[in-house]
Amino acid sequence: MGKKKDTFFNMVISLLVITVVSGFLLGYVNDLTMAPKAKARLQKKVNALKIVLPKFDNNPVENVKRVKSEKVKDSIEIYTAYANKNKVGIAVTGSSEKGFNGLVKLMIGFKPNGDIQDIQILDQKETPGLGTKMTKEKFLKQFRGKNPSTYKLKVKKDGGDIDALTGATISSRAFAESVQIAYDEFVKTIDSI
Amino acid sequence: MEYIVILIAAVFVNNIVLSQFLGICPFLGVSNKVSTSIGMSGAVLFVMTIATIVTYLLYQYILVPAGLDYLKTISFILVIAALVQMVEIMLKKVSPPLYKALGVFLPLITTNCAVLGVAILALGLENGSLLKATFFAMANSLGFALALILFASIKEHLELANIPKGMKGVPINLLVAGLLSLAFLGFTGLV
Amino acid sequence: MVSKINQKENFIKGIVKENPTFVLLLGMCPTLGVTTSAFNGFGMGVATLFVLVMSNIVVSLVKNQIPSKVRIPAFIIIIATFVTVVEMVLEAFVPFLYEQLGIFIPLIVVNCIILGRAEAFASKNDVFSSIIDAFGMGLGFVIALTILGATRELLGNGSVFDFKLTSENANTFIIFILPPGAFIALAYLTVIFNKLTSKITG
Repeated sequence: MGKKKDTFFNMVISLLVITVVSGFLLGYVNDLTMAPKAKARLQKKVNALKIVLPKFDNNPVENVKRVKSEKVKDSIEIYTAYANKNKVGIAVTGSSEKGFNGLVKLMIGFKPNGDIQDIQILDQKETPGLGTKMTKEKFLKQFRGKNPSTYKLKVKKDGGDIDALTGATISSRAFAESVQIAYDEFVKTIDSI
Repeated sequence: MEYIVILIAAVFVNNIVLSQFLGICPFLGVSNKVSTSIGMSGAVLFVMTIATIVTYLLYQYILVPAGLDYLKTISFILVIAALVQMVEIMLKKVSPPLYKALGVFLPLITTNCAVLGVAILALGLENGSLLKATFFAMANSLGFALALILFASIKEHLELANIPKGMKGVPINLLVAGLLSLAFLGFTGLV
Repeated sequence: MVSKINQKENFIKGIVKENPTFVLLLGMCPTLGVTTSAFNGFGMGVATLFVLVMSNIVVSLVKNQIPSKVRIPAFIIIIATFVTVVEMVLEAFVPFLYEQLGIFIPLIVVNCIILGRAEAFASKNDVFSSIIDAFGMGLGFVIALTILGATRELLGNGSVFDFKLTSENANTFIIFILPPGAFIALAYLTVIFNKLTSKITG
């Protein structure tokens, strides 16, 4: 089989064929992965909710409330958890753009009295080994059971109560700010739900 | 103010080569002489800015409305490849002196991942606009130029230095790049 | 076409004599950018291996149908297609890795290893040899990235593949996880690699 000649017609046709085939292939794979992609994103949220909230028996994802805020780029999401028709906890997302590499997004679970139940990290691009240690137990445990009305959500350097991560004060600040944003929203909505 | 922050962040704090690792190939490859590295920087500034403008418009006004944003990678690389060709042809006609200065570097730019990288990163800018994306691309190409020219001037001195045999060539270059990157780490927290 | 290539040598060359990272210095951006941990390095390596094998197969299949003047754009489209496939699949099934690798996934397109092998090998050889070539080169890349990632993770975080080898509060060289550490670790690994291969090959 000889090599195709460099005529204009051959060039156009061969590129066209390749482009069309690849376009169809990508469209097909995109359709195939659409559902798993959405599922993966949802699953992440559901997993986070299960961790940050006390045991619940409703489906908080169904009744999510979205609130627009100037402080965050997308909207703040509020999930309410019930067990035996009693409100047992509220999970609020909070985010900050002031991380070392931009966005830090958290899901914070509050008990109805405002105590922090637990925190999960939804999104962060911090420096591996430094800022990413915010996902570690050692950092997270200082928030658990604390009530932000008395517990100052600022790193100790800024006069707050939080031990910053070693070498990652900026990440820690962004983390604290996200929790504060979520708490402020929690206070605003707790009575209305 | 916001634009000054973008500029400082792109040139010093998040330098595209030394802390984001984009455009390492030309950084290591085209840095033996200060004069060639200036030529390369000029070509990158030119192509990166135009490529970002075109890809930004393509993404916002064609791909997203058509729901084809998954074709981002493939269409961007095609735009860049075609653009490099066009720039080459146009420069040859319009400004032969400039073509003489930049010509040899242009084909290399297609596979310079900094160009594709910046085009993709520019989509994720906060409150993005065409103006901001363009400025972002220019700021990043200045960061590229700074890193490349600094590195080339160190390498020119390195030729005269007495280096252990095993470290000659690639390893010593990488070490120098590491030290440069370390110096740039000092800008952390500036913005 | 009769293959006169010694397939064993064809396979081994990518791992040792023409190792893309330590010898040819190709694909440096992902090499330095994602190797903050052994797992990330490994993941990036495998993603690249996949694209490399697929693009080598397709390029060597269609090599006679493409006029030589437009072969580079044609190769780029083929590569970009598989990169996008990898991107979608990772996002759907390994979202954790997808987030970690970030922008470096679309940048596999401009990884010079892939275009380099398409141009230098697959466009001149039969499918079988091209597959072997891609596997050799790809494995060389996987191994290099995993070693670099493991070294940086060990020195910077005291662990390998997330398996903690030091005590929780031990002081580690954080610098190795930060950008400068990538250059420095790769510099010394290259020295060691050169030393070892020069001993083997005499």
